[in-house]
Amino acid sequence: MSVRFGEYGGMYIPETLMNAVLELNEAYERFKDDPEFRSELQYLLNEYASRPSRLYYAANMTRDLGGAKIYLKREDLNHTGAHKINNALGQALLAKKMGKTRLIAETGAGQHGVATATAAALLSMECEIFMGRLDTERQALNVYRMELLGAKVHPVDSGTATLKDAVSETFREWTKRISDTHYVIGSVMGPHPFPTMVRDFQAVISAEIKEQILEKEGRLPDAVIACVGGGSNAIGAFYHFIEDESVRLIGCEAAGRGVDSCDTAATMATGRVGIFHGMKSIFCQDEHGQIAPVYSISAGLDYPGIGPEHAYLASVGRAEYVPITDDEAVNAFEYLSRTEGIIPAIESAHAVSYAIKLAPKMSRDQIIVVNISGRGDKDTAAIARYRGRNIYE
Amino acid sequence: MSDIKRVFSKGKAFIPFITVADPDIETSKEIIRAMAEEGASLIELGIPFSDPMAEGPVIQEANQRGLMTGVSSDDVFEMVQSLRAEGIDVPLAIMTYANVVFSYGTEAFLSRMEKAGFCALILPDVPYEEKDEFSFVAESHGIALISLIAPTSDERIRMIAADATGFIYCVSSLGVTGVRKSFSSNIGRMIDSVRSVRPDIPVAIGFGISDEESAKAMASLSDGVIIGSAIVRIIAEYGKDSPDHVRSFVRRIIKAIRSEIYF
Repeated sequence: MSVRFGEYGGMYIPETLMNAVLELNEAYERFKDDPEFRSELQYLLNEYASRPSRLYYAANMTRDLGGAKIYLKREDLNHTGAHKINNALGQALLAKKMGKTRLIAETGAGQHGVATATAAALLSMECEIFMGRLDTERQALNVYRMELLGAKVHPVDSGTATLKDAVSETFREWTKRISDTHYVIGSVMGPHPFPTMVRDFQAVISAEIKEQILEKEGRLPDAVIACVGGGSNAIGAFYHFIEDESVRLIGCEAAGRGVDSCDTAATMATGRVGIFHGMKSIFCQDEHGQIAPVYSISAGLDYPGIGPEHAYLASVGRAEYVPITDDEAVNAFEYLSRTEGIIPAIESAHAVSYAIKLAPKMSRDQIIVVNISGRGDKDTAAIARYRGRNIYE
Repeated sequence: MSDIKRVFSKGKAFIPFITVADPDIETSKEIIRAMAEEGASLIELGIPFSDPMAEGPVIQEANQRGLMTGVSSDDVFEMVQSLRAEGIDVPLAIMTYANVVFSYGTEAFLSRMEKAGFCALILPDVPYEEKDEFSFVAESHGIALISLIAPTSDERIRMIAADATGFIYCVSSLGVTGVRKSFSSNIGRMIDSVRSVRPDIPVAIGFGISDEESAKAMASLSDGVIIGSAIVRIIAEYGKDSPDHVRSFVRRIIKAIRSEIYF
């Protein structure tokens, strides 16, 4: 297994963690094609997490926009309400096979933390979640959910007290206690083998989309659209279409208050190559290589980097990345709720927003698949506040 | 004798660390002068980074204070050039994170290090597997890229030692930087592993050493000790008035590691 995607990827981590990561790599290589591991994971994904998720034809949205047919991949219907469970179950099961008894993880919006806490509860493992102090405040409900599931949540005060600091703190925790602990990284980032392993666990999304769209339409879609923070739901939705050059792959980044403002998390639009959190990839950073504080209304996309495979897909022109502002995402959040009766996660609303722009420019016999990576219950209070209604959870 | 060879030529080496520009460049210069006068063998200068993954809270906060001053890599090079012009010739190393070097341009960074008179570079987020990207450029500028070994390194130690340049930085225990009471019981074996493949390369122990007693104990196992957090804590407490306090701390540690007194 290659440790890089073109020039991106690698394993830039302290020596203290190297054997842990190499051991993980070895275990993943051993188990990934192991029939027993595959069938155990498949069982959990189907019977516990409720896969396969539906590919829903959004008739109202299609009619309203008057262009391409729109299908929604309903990852929001998974157990725990987001795609994160696909990866959390995969890594937790692998960690269990490796004899680990304790899971640690970072979380931004809280979805990955909830998914990891869920997998830990299911597999009777200890669980500790690191979450930026700011995010524990804007996603208080998810903090309580994690605690209900038996996890301990540590608010992180270092740096900007958001997702990137939670990642750094979880790495620090891992260097303190390695032998019984696995770090369940939540996105396609970090040192090798995480970007590859997490992508493989999320690739079930595109495997299902392909099968479902062929069954419903007898052809491949013209575009697949997904939101991108670190990029795990996007790579999951793209992966089995990478070889199908006719399918446009479009990642929607969080532009926050705009790519020309300081309040943005649009890595591809504003970043450049760097080395951070174990990988060489594209990062938002200043001229001195200091990682930039980023901003988005969406805690899940509020990350200054992007997974190395996305950086590679962009560099070879296979995938496109577009910035979507807070305003556009909130409009799309409300639009999908009204039009289809589906309240998407504010992260996923970034992808919906681009579909709203793109569909009218395409013909009626073309097809767009939008990955609804999560459900929006967690965001409703924040969106109400954005609209000036003071609702607290 | 090259700078890096001088580090270990006068008995047990003492390698103090500070984060540059904590609290400001002028105070950093004062501290470096004081440490050099007291006989520090090598001074490790940390260039602040926004997200120092291998650091505990004490050095994380020092990085934040340094960044608040707006310090850049160029400021660090200029500071060192001016100290060299004063005649301060203590061997110097840079400790920072890969992105600080990479974003400056690795070739340009190492070239500036050479001009400023540094002899070593420590990048805690660059393990053996990624070192070639930096070590070849470093070597071409006469700078040693220092290899780290940790209590979890096990069989990797021989491989790391075989390729090591300058000296080996032996991480005393699991976790991030910061003062601690207990050290890995493996240190002796780790150093034996190094010696079995590279009897010629010095080993210095760092992470968690905070006082005469721990410094003496670690120095007795190795060729020298590295102290960071304990010094940075003094600087955090005394700010601009810290140089004299750091001076007396350095004096005590050097006396302890080079004396025959056992604690």
